[in-house]
Amino acid sequence: MRLALVNARFTFLETIRIPIAVIGTVFFPAATMIFFVVPFAGGDPVGATFATASMVTFAIMSTNLFQYGIGVAEDRAQPWDPYTRTLPAGPGPRFAGRVLCGLLFTYVALAPVVVIAAFFTAATVAPYRLLLAAGTIVVVAVPFTLLGLTIGYALPSKAAIAVAQVLFFPLAFAGGLLSAPGQAPGWVETIAPYVPTRGAVELMWTTVGAFPVSGRAMVSLAAWTVAFGAAAVWAYRRDEGRRFR
Amino acid sequence: MMSDVLARAESASRRYGGVLALDAVTVDIRRGEIVGLLGPNGAGKTTLVNLFVGLRRLTSGRVELFGGDPRRAENRRHIGVTPQETGLPPMMRVRECVDYVAAHYADPLPLAEVLSRFGLDDLARRQTGGLSGGQRRRLAVALAFVGRPRLVFLDEPTAGLDVQARHTLWEAIRAYHADGGTVLLTSHYLEEVEALAERVVVLGGGRVLADDTVAAVRGLAGVRRVSLSAPTLPALPDVVRVERSDGRTHVLTTDADRLVRALVGSGTEFRDLEIRPTSLEEAFITLTEGART
Repeated sequence: MRLALVNARFTFLETIRIPIAVIGTVFFPAATMIFFVVPFAGGDPVGATFATASMVTFAIMSTNLFQYGIGVAEDRAQPWDPYTRTLPAGPGPRFAGRVLCGLLFTYVALAPVVVIAAFFTAATVAPYRLLLAAGTIVVVAVPFTLLGLTIGYALPSKAAIAVAQVLFFPLAFAGGLLSAPGQAPGWVETIAPYVPTRGAVELMWTTVGAFPVSGRAMVSLAAWTVAFGAAAVWAYRRDEGRRFR
Repeated sequence: MMSDVLARAESASRRYGGVLALDAVTVDIRRGEIVGLLGPNGAGKTTLVNLFVGLRRLTSGRVELFGGDPRRAENRRHIGVTPQETGLPPMMRVRECVDYVAAHYADPLPLAEVLSRFGLDDLARRQTGGLSGGQRRRLAVALAFVGRPRLVFLDEPTAGLDVQARHTLWEAIRAYHADGGTVLLTSHYLEEVEALAERVVVLGGGRVLADDTVAAVRGLAGVRRVSLSAPTLPALPDVVRVERSDGRTHVLTTDADRLVRALVGSGTEFRDLEIRPTSLEEAFITLTEGART
């Protein structure tokens, strides 16, 4: 556990020493809030709250996809990574440290979204729901962390950047993150329940407001999580087999 | 009683696809030794070190570190390894790298001592990406010693360093050894191995070609090469090896004078007699090329 924290601190410092990477993570969800949510849904308390929840989900997905996909792929290319495996600790603490650090950056990326929502829109949420939402964030982060890890362990870093970029926007759009609940184009409403982002955003919606989650979206989210988990384990083992066998 | 063997490879073989990188290598590293591991590129040096530090798995045979499997973390508590110099995380400060490594060991050296031993005193707050090549190399070597290891693996510790920096590092390695430390050193510089090691293991084509004291290897360096053209050779004294190529006969001998006297005394027909010294390097090349054929 102590070593996991040591690793989390190390990864954290390594990441924030390149401030533009952090700014990039924080910028996109915040900018989307300012340009789309504030002018179009800002005045309506219910609409603004749901839209903020959507942006939070969007931010969780994109930060995790990028930081794990690219971070892991880049680490694998560095000789420092095999060096750390000669230290008297298994790969566990380093992995746990990365996940802790990833969660921290997820919260960092979300902070401006929540601040903008609080000051510039009519979005409201009861304090206890806000606390619940902090927990929902962790749950929602799981499938996208696993997807990011799959990308990071399966691909070289240049390919990982491209794949993460190609994936994140369609995932957001097809899951209905860019529209109010039930307001997405018809074909999106049809496929949305089968897209992992949909189950994720429904969890956020139901945490912050009166939204009945659909069983279909929940089952598919669970199925995606298991699938991404299996893919991440496969990619990790394959990588380990190539480099350390 | 605890065994004096800290690390051991027993008929260790390692295959990458169709290539046999290590072919039944048996080596012991005993407490208090400085062992130089020599060999041309592709001889299997890195593979052997990677097996010892738990980065690679064996194809067959056995590798032990402090009596256990090097792939188990607890068996690596008493070793130190140098990262490749290019592998230091460029955004991290020198002290952060040292602290990170120290956090993995029960009783690490204090930061100040690590820095002063390796001449890094004023660099604690510098990011490794901003260090000179020599400073990075010193830091990489320093990291191997952070955990007060009983056995260190130093891969090309002074590659690319100037003479002064090289001697500073040698002093640090000697001081560690004087305190009872054990070292496995790989190097391209035969001079470095001669300066530090007591024992030399020469690898070639994945096999151990020689495993002897440095004095014995220096003995090989004292060998002369006597070349001549002759249809047959009589029995001659002090012959190490006889080779024939391009119609010439080459005799490696430990005493060229005695050999030539015996040759002349025997009345054998010969011409174009030539005597050349062999260097340590030539002995090394002779050994490793002999293995290739």
